Amino acid sequence: MSLSFLLLAVAALCALSFYFGRQRAIALSGGRYSNLHSLPAHYGMYVALWCGLPALLLVVVWYVFQGSIIEAMIVSDLPAEITSNTGQLSLALNSISLIAEGNGQHLSVSPEIIDAGRRLANLQTIANAALVVVMLAVATTGIALSYRKIDPDMRARNNVERISRWIMITCSAIAILSTVGIVFSLMFEAIHFFSKVSPLEFLFGLEWSPQTAIRADQVASDGAFGAIPLFVGTLLITLIAMAVAVPVGLFSAIYMGEYASSKFRAVAKPALEILAGVPTVVYGFFAALTVAPFLRDNGAILGLDVSSESALAAGLVMGVMIIPFVSSLSDDVMSQVPQSLRDGSYGLGATKSETIRHVIFPAALPGIVGAVLLAVSRAIGETMIVVMAAGLAANMTVNPLQAVTTVTVQIVTLLVGDQEFDSAKTLSAFALGLVLFLVTLGLNVFALKVVQKYREKYD
Amino acid sequence: MTDMASLMEDRAAAKVISDNLHKPVDWDSPKIARNIKKRYAAERRFKMYGLSAIALALLALFVLAGSIGSKGYTAFFQTYVQLEVTFDAAEIDPDGTGDPAVIGKANFDGLIKQALRDRFPDVTSRQAKRDLYAIVSGGASYDLRERVMENPGLIGQTRKVWLISGDDFDMLNKGYISADVDEGSRRLNDEEIAWYDSLKSDGAVEKQFHTRFFTNGDSREPELAGIWGAAVGSLYTLMVTLALSFPIGVFAAVYLEEFAPKNRFTTIVEVNINNLAAVPSIVFGLLGLEVYLNVMHLPRSAPVVGGLTLALMTLPTIIIASRAAIKAVPPSIRQAALGLGASPVQTVTHHVLPLAMPGILTGTIIGMAQALGETAPLLMIGMVAFIVDIPGGALDPATVLPVQIYLWADSPERAFVEKTSAAIMVLLAFLVLMNGFAVYLRKKFERKW
Repeated sequence: MSLSFLLLAVAALCALSFYFGRQRAIALSGGRYSNLHSLPAHYGMYVALWCGLPALLLVVVWYVFQGSIIEAMIVSDLPAEITSNTGQLSLALNSISLIAEGNGQHLSVSPEIIDAGRRLANLQTIANAALVVVMLAVATTGIALSYRKIDPDMRARNNVERISRWIMITCSAIAILSTVGIVFSLMFEAIHFFSKVSPLEFLFGLEWSPQTAIRADQVASDGAFGAIPLFVGTLLITLIAMAVAVPVGLFSAIYMGEYASSKFRAVAKPALEILAGVPTVVYGFFAALTVAPFLRDNGAILGLDVSSESALAAGLVMGVMIIPFVSSLSDDVMSQVPQSLRDGSYGLGATKSETIRHVIFPAALPGIVGAVLLAVSRAIGETMIVVMAAGLAANMTVNPLQAVTTVTVQIVTLLVGDQEFDSAKTLSAFALGLVLFLVTLGLNVFALKVVQKYREKYD
Repeated sequence: MTDMASLMEDRAAAKVISDNLHKPVDWDSPKIARNIKKRYAAERRFKMYGLSAIALALLALFVLAGSIGSKGYTAFFQTYVQLEVTFDAAEIDPDGTGDPAVIGKANFDGLIKQALRDRFPDVTSRQAKRDLYAIVSGGASYDLRERVMENPGLIGQTRKVWLISGDDFDMLNKGYISADVDEGSRRLNDEEIAWYDSLKSDGAVEKQFHTRFFTNGDSREPELAGIWGAAVGSLYTLMVTLALSFPIGVFAAVYLEEFAPKNRFTTIVEVNINNLAAVPSIVFGLLGLEVYLNVMHLPRSAPVVGGLTLALMTLPTIIIASRAAIKAVPPSIRQAALGLGASPVQTVTHHVLPLAMPGILTGTIIGMAQALGETAPLLMIGMVAFIVDIPGGALDPATVLPVQIYLWADSPERAFVEKTSAAIMVLLAFLVLMNGFAVYLRKKFERKW
């Protein structure tokens, strides 16, 4: 029985219990609603909540634990020679799940694995059936208990409102929960990684080649996990992007805010916003197939040797992507500069550009710095453009015509495809993710502080 | 001594200033005129910088749209080749049973190859034959089979049939492979181009609207690859995202705007929401990989996992937009409701939420549009697999439109370039539709209180 069917069943039960709860309240009121403490619908809601909430909670908890419990049961039955080796174990589990899905005919595996596959399929059927039974039991118990409590004097509205308040608080807490989830999942794997590679080597090492051997006796089995080349590459591309986005974004914000007629603004502003709405994968394709060959060919004419995965192409396109971000944020900031400052400047005979350069810009500078920092954090975390247009090899260079790689590119290349959560290669992606998260978080917190301080100045 | 000297300097400077102050400024002096001219020139220059910045940004937009449009529009058409196919009864249904099971197993590929050999009888070498067979796509035999299954009367006859061509042949017909280039550096040799010219002069080559592109799943053969599988995957993913992020986001926004007391918990939640909005999307992918796949053991590559991951990402967008919409509802409405005896929850559900709904929906649609275009976190949770089948549910392995674009962009075949661009056009069309709808909602229900 599929999940969506299960959820539909819960919804139907809720609707039914709402109806019966309401009917019972009406029946108890003896035809006069004023005999009831709350509206009949509140009694209905009360029963429906008692039916739906526990059942929904059960489904969520069940799905969180079902996979790992079943896997533990399967693993405990496997022979020791498989379970002792993590690589072999994950391979075995893979074939077991294939067999359980009925796609394992072509696999040549030992009979134990085939048995385990059958057992897995069996267990999954049992688990799904058990979920349905337990869920229905929970839902009906909830209905029965709450239905019996219906009474003209029962404070149904207050009860329902108290429950809904808790639902809302839970929903708000999900924001905290996901931050905690991010931190813990990154930390957990990063600590694993740092037990294999020292944090100092990771943060300050100058060589990045995350190859670990599949067999212990292979040559060059130790990868190098020095992330400095990645940081340099990320910074280089970010710098190029900022060199495009900051002047263009700032000047367009100035023109939009101070010079443009409202007609021009009405057309140009949404047009600029389109740039922000284009998916990054589209920019990546554009960078890799249009901008990079263009740069390479023109570089060849000028006698420059431009790599076909140059940092310049990725950086330029990323800059274009960030233009609307910079322009809308700085527009925001500059429009908050009080009119009195402008009037004072005009009164002294300054031209518009002089007012902007000598009065508005300095006054708005903290806010603009905040905007640029937010843009930098966005550029550092941007993934698809660099995955498609920047290189894979970790070159230590600041030459924008050469290929560099970035933190996000490495995360993607390390985690797409086969993952072994016991090798430093896979785990290093989480360490990189942790660095990325901390850096962008720091930048954001700092930038928001700056912008907020600035806002307070003129409020 | 130095103090004395500097004091003397200051005195001298002050004297110059006071002398100048007492002297009236000659506004007509050439020096002032020059200065004003210079200042106005600077003013014009500054304005030009602003205008050219906007022009530059718009130019980038046009180049982007133009390069994708010009690369991709050809993908909506596909080259077909007309061949005279003999539906040999001995091949298809030797016993004349008329049984669909028998017909279905027949070697239609062989019929097409025979037709090609008949058309170009002088081709003999193995390599040349292989090149010849590449004129027609491997998918053509399925078309032929379907045609015969539908109309068994064809068996034993010889008909002219339009067959879908192979990708290189298609590229040649669309002009992406030039016959003028040196033979060694193009995908097709002189012989193959001669076949093309011969077919073309017979009128046996034409471009037809490429419906397969919209109805097929992914394929290794560019001419058979379509976006329907990815579109369905995107749909399931977005459904999961919406089902989670909309209620959670609205509940959270209502709580924070209407009920939350000013305490530590509320501050932490607000700070968290603002920070989550700025976390790089790939970090959400890492979270999804670790929590949903490694801890919860949900199926890899499934839209459920993608939807769960994207829901966390769109949550801040929806919460921030919903809060703004709720805040825009004037307090007088709440006071009126409370004054008439409604409870705070009734005030919100009966009055505030319905009035804020257009704004909330606008924010939700924009959040969904972001989720539709998101790629990086989905790469982390394995939605990059090569999946031919159209997913039948949220637990089946699937891919989504932007990931499909990424996969095709990585494919070496020339024909995938136009497919990628065309897929981008489809994705952008969806995004334009969604954003257009959001703008429409905002315009239609915008209220000034």
